[in-house]
Amino acid sequence: MARAYAHSEKARRAPAAKAAPHRAGPAARINLLEFLLGSMDIEGCARESLRWLGRELAVKRSLVLVFDESKKRLVHLAEHGVDARDFAISLVEEEGHPLLIALSHREPTFFPATARQPATPLGRKPFHAIVLRSARIHGPAAGVLLVEVSNPELSADVAWFGAVFGEQMARLQSRVFPGEAGLEESALELRHAKEELVTERHRLDLIIDSVADPIVVTNASGEVLLMNTPAERLFTVPKGKGLSAQRLVRSNDVNFSSFVSNLFFTQAALQHRGDMVLLDPVTGDALPFEAVAGKVITEQGELTAIVTTLHDRREAIERARLYAQVEQAKNELEGKVQAATGELAQQNELLRRQAIELEQASNLKSQFLANMSHELRTPLNAILGYTHMLLNKVYGIPSPPQQKSLQRVDSNARHLMSIINEILDIARIESGKMPVHLDDVKLDSLVKEVLQELDPIVVRSKLIVTSHVARVPTLRTDRQKVKQILVNLLSNALKFTHKGSVTIHVSLDARTSTVRVAVADSGIGIAEAYFRKIFEDFRQVDNSPTREYGGTGLGLAICRRFAQMLGGRITVESKIGAGSAFTLHLPTTPPK
Amino acid sequence: MNKPFVLVVDDYADSREMCAEYLEVCGFRVEQAADGAQALACVAAALPDVILMDLTLPDIDGTEVTRRIKADERTAGIKVIALTGHGSTGDHADRARAAGCVSFLTKPCHPDAMVDEIRRVLGEKA
Repeated sequence: MARAYAHSEKARRAPAAKAAPHRAGPAARINLLEFLLGSMDIEGCARESLRWLGRELAVKRSLVLVFDESKKRLVHLAEHGVDARDFAISLVEEEGHPLLIALSHREPTFFPATARQPATPLGRKPFHAIVLRSARIHGPAAGVLLVEVSNPELSADVAWFGAVFGEQMARLQSRVFPGEAGLEESALELRHAKEELVTERHRLDLIIDSVADPIVVTNASGEVLLMNTPAERLFTVPKGKGLSAQRLVRSNDVNFSSFVSNLFFTQAALQHRGDMVLLDPVTGDALPFEAVAGKVITEQGELTAIVTTLHDRREAIERARLYAQVEQAKNELEGKVQAATGELAQQNELLRRQAIELEQASNLKSQFLANMSHELRTPLNAILGYTHMLLNKVYGIPSPPQQKSLQRVDSNARHLMSIINEILDIARIESGKMPVHLDDVKLDSLVKEVLQELDPIVVRSKLIVTSHVARVPTLRTDRQKVKQILVNLLSNALKFTHKGSVTIHVSLDARTSTVRVAVADSGIGIAEAYFRKIFEDFRQVDNSPTREYGGTGLGLAICRRFAQMLGGRITVESKIGAGSAFTLHLPTTPPK
Repeated sequence: MNKPFVLVVDDYADSREMCAEYLEVCGFRVEQAADGAQALACVAAALPDVILMDLTLPDIDGTEVTRRIKADERTAGIKVIALTGHGSTGDHADRARAAGCVSFLTKPCHPDAMVDEIRRVLGEKA
């Protein structure tokens, strides 16, 4: 019996601490079948089989009797856990059915043994009698198997044992071997059964070992039948580990059992799900698991096993933690972005409002200037009118000093009028109400006209005023505005020049198709620092109240704006004491 | 009694009276109105040849007064010259022309320029 069914997978996998009752697993059955197929010695076969029964199905006491054809009686063949001499056994037949009578020293027990069904005990003795016979070979029974079955749940397993064992006993006793009278078939059946079991076992192993999560299969009593390698790490004491590991494993066992027991209390529930913390037997770390236990129910509604899968929650917990972190970071970022966006929107709104306010203020200013100039003009109308009438002797002839005074009133009123006109111009330009009227403008005649208009001042200034007008194309521009610019530039030149000359120079820049009108003087000149400022509103180089030269300081500001409106510009070149040159650059055609 | 008849409309008395005085010196028959209502009343009572109309009046706007005069066929033939402190190229001028003003003078207006304009307008009529 060297190759007797060794302790198999199951033994390795089931915790040693677990007690009977057993249920023979596939591996154990395979071992038995392999043994039976290879066995030729009827007595050894019976003895070894009874041991298997004891080990795998916790049958503590069993006995095999074989039928001696010649003596017409049952003879003892093998026993396990009992003394065969305790039994005096005879077989009788009653109404064609064999009736087995087993007599112990103490009391008789009767087993009615029908042809096909295993005998059941009469009386209270917990022995089953199973008639050993072949399903294939017709003929008398080979013998009787008596087993003490303490756990009725295992009767099906015992019956299976009885069937395969009976097959083999019948074969051995009749000395009919494979290849002879039908027994081949019987052997084949055993082999098939074995192969099926092996295949099933392998498949099961493959399946549960391919699962990374720990899987534990327990029977209806909570005893472990099977577990995969990940589960073994939790429920078996690792090699070379001491008491602490044992303690941890025991704690895991307790935890696990109490979890699985939930399923026993609830009859209806097929599944139980819950969280469980187990300890790593090596490191002692707490491992969080989500456990799902499911009942395996036979077609008859019998609970055969409970499969529990443990799902390691560390990854999920870690993932949840990371997710929470990411979520938090995201929320923080969102908050920041929102705050920043809000701030930005607030600032934008503020700027927008400020822009509106500024525009309103600017419009108000322009409106105010327009209204004010209107209000100033009306009284000025009366002053100029009456002065004119006085000077025209409507009220009699004024005396020479009176006339001189009236002329001063008149000239001052006119100056005031020009100031008002300039303010109005600025106001209208700024409020966008200054229209541009395009004409065909010939510069030579325009220059002539400007010189004529200023002739009285030219004469008074005693300066040499000359003009050089080159042949330039007729301009498409606003004549009134160009004239106003030239009058202004020429007036300034005359005003700020005490001796020497003023020259007007008209030329064409063919490259940029612009016309240049330069007004150059030999006057007091302007420091470069003031080149920009003199074009600002109400600006003169000398801005003090006691300044030497009159004027509003608006002239150049208006000229600059007019030039811009016509698509041109005014540039200045000057040196203190060496005169100034203001040049108006105008495009030959107006801007689109 | 063949003098041309001018109605001077202006709420600013000094300016209005100066114009009236100078026009009389220059040989016009002159009536004065200080606001729109007076102007309309005067136009209804005695048909002037020319109206010198200040556009900014305290009650009815000069533009509106002009529009009403032009809307009435009995007075539609009267020449209205706008006189205003506002510039001659802005909104005011456009609205005055739209209302029916035949020409536009800007204050301060040289008295001779005013007389010349009235004569020019009347010459057109003749």
